[in-house]
Parts: sequence; structure tokens; C-alpha cells
Amino acid sequence: MDFDFAAEQPKLIQLLIGVAAFLAVVAVVLLLVDRVPMRRRAWPHATILLLPALVLLGIGLVVPAVRTTLLSFMSGDGQQWVGLDNYAWMFTQPEALTVLRNTLIWVLLVPLLVTSVGLVYAVLVDRTRFESIAKSLVFLPMAISFVGAGIIWRFVYAYRAEDQDQIGLLNQIVVSMGGEPQQWLQEPPLNTLFLIVVMIWIQAGFATVVLSAAIKGIPAEIIEAARLDGAGPLQMFFRVTLPSIRSAVIVVMVTQSIGTLKLFDIVRTMTGGQFDTSVIANEMYNQAFRYGETGKGAALAVFLFALVTPIVIYQIRQRREVR
Amino acid sequence: MSLLSRTNRVTLVASTVGLALAVAACGSTEPKPSAGGDGGASAECAAFSKYGKHEGKTVSIYSPIRDTEADLFEQAWKPFAKCTGMKITYEGTGEFEAQIQVRADGGNPPDIAFFPQPGLLERFAKAGKLKPASAEVKRLTDEGWSPDWAKYATVGGTFYGAPLGASVKSFVWYSPKMFKEKGWTVPTTWDELMTLSNTIAGTGIKPWCAGIESGDATGWPATDWIEDVLLREIGPEGYDDWVSHKLAFNDPKVVAAVDKVGAILKNDKFVNGGYGPVKSIASTAFQEGGVPITQGKCALHRQASFYANFWPEGTKVAEDGDVFAFYLPGNDPAKKPVLGAGEFVAAFTDRPEVQTVQAYLASAEFPAARMKLATYVTARKGVDPALAQNPIDKLSMQMLQDPDTVFRFDGSDLMPAAVGAGTFWKGMTDWINGKDTKTVLDYIDASWPKS
Repeated sequence: MDFDFAAEQPKLIQLLIGVAAFLAVVAVVLLLVDRVPMRRRAWPHATILLLPALVLLGIGLVVPAVRTTLLSFMSGDGQQWVGLDNYAWMFTQPEALTVLRNTLIWVLLVPLLVTSVGLVYAVLVDRTRFESIAKSLVFLPMAISFVGAGIIWRFVYAYRAEDQDQIGLLNQIVVSMGGEPQQWLQEPPLNTLFLIVVMIWIQAGFATVVLSAAIKGIPAEIIEAARLDGAGPLQMFFRVTLPSIRSAVIVVMVTQSIGTLKLFDIVRTMTGGQFDTSVIANEMYNQAFRYGETGKGAALAVFLFALVTPIVIYQIRQRREVR
Repeated sequence: MSLLSRTNRVTLVASTVGLALAVAACGSTEPKPSAGGDGGASAECAAFSKYGKHEGKTVSIYSPIRDTEADLFEQAWKPFAKCTGMKITYEGTGEFEAQIQVRADGGNPPDIAFFPQPGLLERFAKAGKLKPASAEVKRLTDEGWSPDWAKYATVGGTFYGAPLGASVKSFVWYSPKMFKEKGWTVPTTWDELMTLSNTIAGTGIKPWCAGIESGDATGWPATDWIEDVLLREIGPEGYDDWVSHKLAFNDPKVVAAVDKVGAILKNDKFVNGGYGPVKSIASTAFQEGGVPITQGKCALHRQASFYANFWPEGTKVAEDGDVFAFYLPGNDPAKKPVLGAGEFVAAFTDRPEVQTVQAYLASAEFPAARMKLATYVTARKGVDPALAQNPIDKLSMQMLQDPDTVFRFDGSDLMPAAVGAGTFWKGMTDWINGKDTKTVLDYIDASWPKS
């Protein structure tokens, strides 16, 4: 397809108008703030500055959230009220239960494994000569999008019949050890674990970097005191390092939990939710957009929201405590 | 005390005003009318004079057809667009089912969409998003297609759009060379087909190859198998009942038909030529499903007429060539129902130029122009099958145009999307992956939308 710059002109103009409108709003806000005399308690300032953000939050977050909640009590085409039918479907039908089960597996395993892998790695490379290289290596996958990672790992798991050349790394290893090639992504529930590996591969670097920074923040006196008291490496880790970096560990766990609950890309790219690997976000997309079952999709979305909320609240409380 | 100094304030005001002026200036530049509207106002354009002039108008088309086939479409309607002076923008997508919904809901629908699934079209028609087809399109449809076909795009008595392309699904691809060498003959009944499969399996070759991987749509080739056999087992009326859920999805008759397919697809002795055990069917792309035939690794591959596009380059499609196809036989050789599919041209807007494009696509001229370029099949009467690029296309056209043919549309495309593009595809994938027939059919039946 040829790109005709002139034909795109209306879009560019729209873009310019948008930018100009944004600047105009900012200018008006700033001028208004400027007019109001500054006092010790500057609530008028706060109101004026927050108002645009609140309006946008209302349009972009509150209204859709309310609408989604309403839709979750309606039939697929959004025409009639069906009460709790969609929720009943979610908690009784085997295929929906599989989705919930998978999400549970993801949420239990990913934060735990990502944090453990990150922590162990961070401790192992701490203050070694090649620390920065080691950390960059494990951080590299973070630069790859989930979709990209999904495609890469699909090749790792690729299957070819026994008499053919294996193009998948994992099957090539199995074959060279004398085994039979396996269809890794087609065997529930193991395939979910193979997908989880991808997530860990992407996220471990994040955990390593955050935790490593926290480890470096442990006061040298404490470490020295522990050493003088004769603490071994294991004691050192569990009694000194871990308690000292508790809040960093929680930050990693919480971000991973939220990220995992919303997970969509890996499953969609690698299996499309086939072979019992679907998770809530993927099923929500399927129901709402592909099958036209808006009600079921909305119910899943509301449930997802309900799952994320306590974690977010916990995270906010935790932050306050730390302060 | 002030947040901004005086100069700051002046700068702020001045720059905002300046930018706003600049934008206003841009906004007032009218897009220049594209030149060369009636470039070839000669004989070439005479054929299109009845469509009138639509100078400077643009019609957008959104469709699941991509790549080469999309280019061929654009090439085929180029003279029409040029002579009527309009511009047709075409966008093909691999995520049509989901994205068309997003675009329609988002208030940004295309002018025209090619719906491959009447079930999906029905959903949009019921939601009031589609515009009824013009009288001219209706006339052209009545003239060109059998009432069956017109029915698929009719919702609640309103007609929404003419069919476009078509395909015949009831084909089994094979290698005439291989058959000749081994002395096999083309079967005419299901029993003969099974005997042949056994014979082939006896020679050490896996008789069948299959692939149902198709990204988001994984599973559809398996649903075609079921539909094709079901159509033969319970007859066209029974098939209609099944499609409209008057016959339960887990009815014993359906179970029997699925098991009949399972006798081939889930038989490790019969599949999967070149790709591995039964489960490899689920991970083999449908485009690659039949290719081992050309390598002598399998002998039979049930797939639609359009599979002609997927053979490796240089493969000769002919009765005496590298590959050819025969009709998937049923129990009674005298009855030959045909399973097929196609797209429908429905519109989200009813501007005159949009209706003109719909009318052109519904005419006999468009399919003829398209067929001259490369392999293509239409069910429209008045299009000469001799234009077909290969013998399978020609055969398909003859089958589709024959008034005696009992034709049925691909069932999964007619069902509500939750089943037809959801649980049926998914269920068949699970079935290939090892779940048993009854469990899978119970699951699909339970997913049928209640409203």
C-alpha cells in the first residue's frame, strides 16, 4: 500500500488541533491558578490543578467502569437484564473454571518464582567482578515486548515429527539426548507452566535490578555486626538480607501479581488460549469482542478488577507504612 | 506572589494564540481535488458509464482478505474506480471478527465490510449498524444468485448485501500421479474411501494429512470436516436444524457423524502424513496441511477449493497433474450435497457512491474481471466458468451454478459467533488434542447463547 501524505492531511490537522487544545487548556489552568492569591492552605490551587485530571479520569476510567459493571448483568447483545447469569456461568461452566484455574496458577507461581529467581540472582552476583554484565544480561529480555517474547518462545517449543529436523530448541535438546519430540504447548496443564516460564524469563531482570539495589542499601554496619557474631551465608541471607529488603520484595511481588492478573499477550501469541491455557484477560477479549458475548466479557472484566483492587490497596498501605 | 512572571504569562498567551492560529490556517486549506479523474474516458470507461460519476469521493472497504488476494481485488476494481472517479481504500485484517466490532462500536466503521460469516452479519444487522442494500443490489442478487444465497444476507426480512466470492468445501485433494502409479482409484462412496485409506495405510504411507492451526481461528478446518459429513449423514434438512439448534449439538446423530470423522482424523494409522501423530494436526497450519501430498508422504487431504492457492509454486493443478481433487463421497453416490462458503458485501453507510460500489461488486462484471487475474470462484450466474484459472475453480463454479446442486453454507459461519467462531472451533481443537466426542459436543451445546 502506498502512503499518500496529502490524503492523511485531515488526520494531521486533527492532531494539531488536539495538541493546540491541550496547550490551551493547560494555559487556561495555569492562568487561573495564577489569578488566585497564594495562601498557606492553597486548596483553590489544588482544585484548579486537579480538576482537568479528575474530569479525564471520570471520562476514561469511572464511566467505563460503571458501564462495564452494568453490562456484566446484561445479555450478550446488551439488550436485556439477566441478573447474575454471567457470573453463574463464570463459576460453574467447566471451560470458564479452567480459565480461573489457569489464572490462579499464574498468580500463585509467577510473583513467587520471579521474586525468587531475581533474589537468588541478585545475591549471587552481588559485589562480584562481573556484576554489571550479569545484571544487564538478565535485564535484556525486559526490552522485548510480551508478544515478541511469545513468538521467540513459540519457536523454542516448536514441534516437528521425529523423522524431521527439529526447529525448536527444546525438542532438539530432547532429541539429542535420545528422547522423543514433544508437543509442549498441547498438554494441559503442563503447557501453562511452559507459558509461565516465558513470563519469568521476561520479568526476572526487573526483580533482579530492584532487589539488587535494595541489597546494596543495607547498612554496612549491620552486615559487619552479623559477620562478627559469626553468621553463616544462609543465616546471613535469611536473618539479615531478607528482612532488610522486605519492602523491596513486596514491591516486586505486588507489581508482578498485578501484571500477571492482567496477562494477555503471552497466552494469545503462543496458544491463543487453546489447549486449556486461556486466562481471564484472554477469555474476556474473546467473549466480548470475538463472540459478541459482551455480558460474559464484562463479568470477567469486573472479576479481574475485583481481584486487582485488594492488591492495589495493600500496596498503597504498604507504602504509607514504609514512610 | 505569582506562579508565573509577567514575561512568562505573555509568552504563554502568545504561543497558545499563535498555535491556534496556525491550526486554523491549516484547517482552512481545502484538500486539492485529485487530478486525472476521467483519465481514460475512452472505450475502457464506456462499460462503467451506468455507474455514473463520483468525482473525489472515497469508499472504504474492510475485509478479512489479505495479502495477494487483497492485491488482486484492488487490481480488479481499479478500472471501475478510475472511470467513476472515486477512490476505493481497502484494508484487510487477520482479526476481522474482533476488529469490525471494535470499529463499529467506536463510531469508526468502514463504509463496506466483506463478511465471511452470515452469523456475524446478522449480529450487526440486528444491532442496527448495517444499512439495507439498495434496490439495485437486491435486483442484481435476485438475478445472479439462487434464493439460498440471498437468504444468508437477509435478516428479519431485510436484505443487506450480495454475496461476493465463494468456495466449495467438499473436496478431497489427491495426487493423480501417485494414484496412477499405485493403481488406486478415486472412491465414489464413503466405504470405498475407507477401504482406500486402509489400502494406503497398508503400503506404509499415512493416507491422510491434515492441519487445523489457523491462529485465532484454529479449529475451523476440523469443523468443515464435521459439517461435510453431517450434511451427508442427516441430509440437508437435518443439517439446517442442526445449524439453527433445533437439533441439539450433542444429539446422538451428531455424535455418530463426528465419530465417523474421528475414524479418520483420530486414527494414528491414517494421520498425519509427514507431520507426526494425531495431535500434530492441531499444531499444523492449515495452509501447510496438504503439502506433504506433493512429497508423497500422504495421499489425501480434505480441504476447500481455495486450497489451490497453497500448493508449492510450480505444482500443477489438473486431472493429470501433480494435484487434483475429487468430491468427498457420502454413503449414496447418487446424492451429492455441496458444502461451501463465501463473503457478503454489507455496508455501514448508504451514501450513493457506497451503493454504487456494492452494485458493481454484485454485478457479473466484477467476478469476471477478478477471475481473469488469478484463481477465484463465484457462485454468481452469468459468469463464464471458462474464465476460471484452474480446473478445480471451473468444477467448483459448475457445481455452484448447477440448479440441481443441493448447496449448504458452512454451518459454523451461520451459527452465533460464540459457537461458530468460538466453542465449535475450540471444541474441535480439544477433540483433536485428545478429548472424547461426547464431552466436546456437550461443551459446545452448553455454550449456545440463550437469547
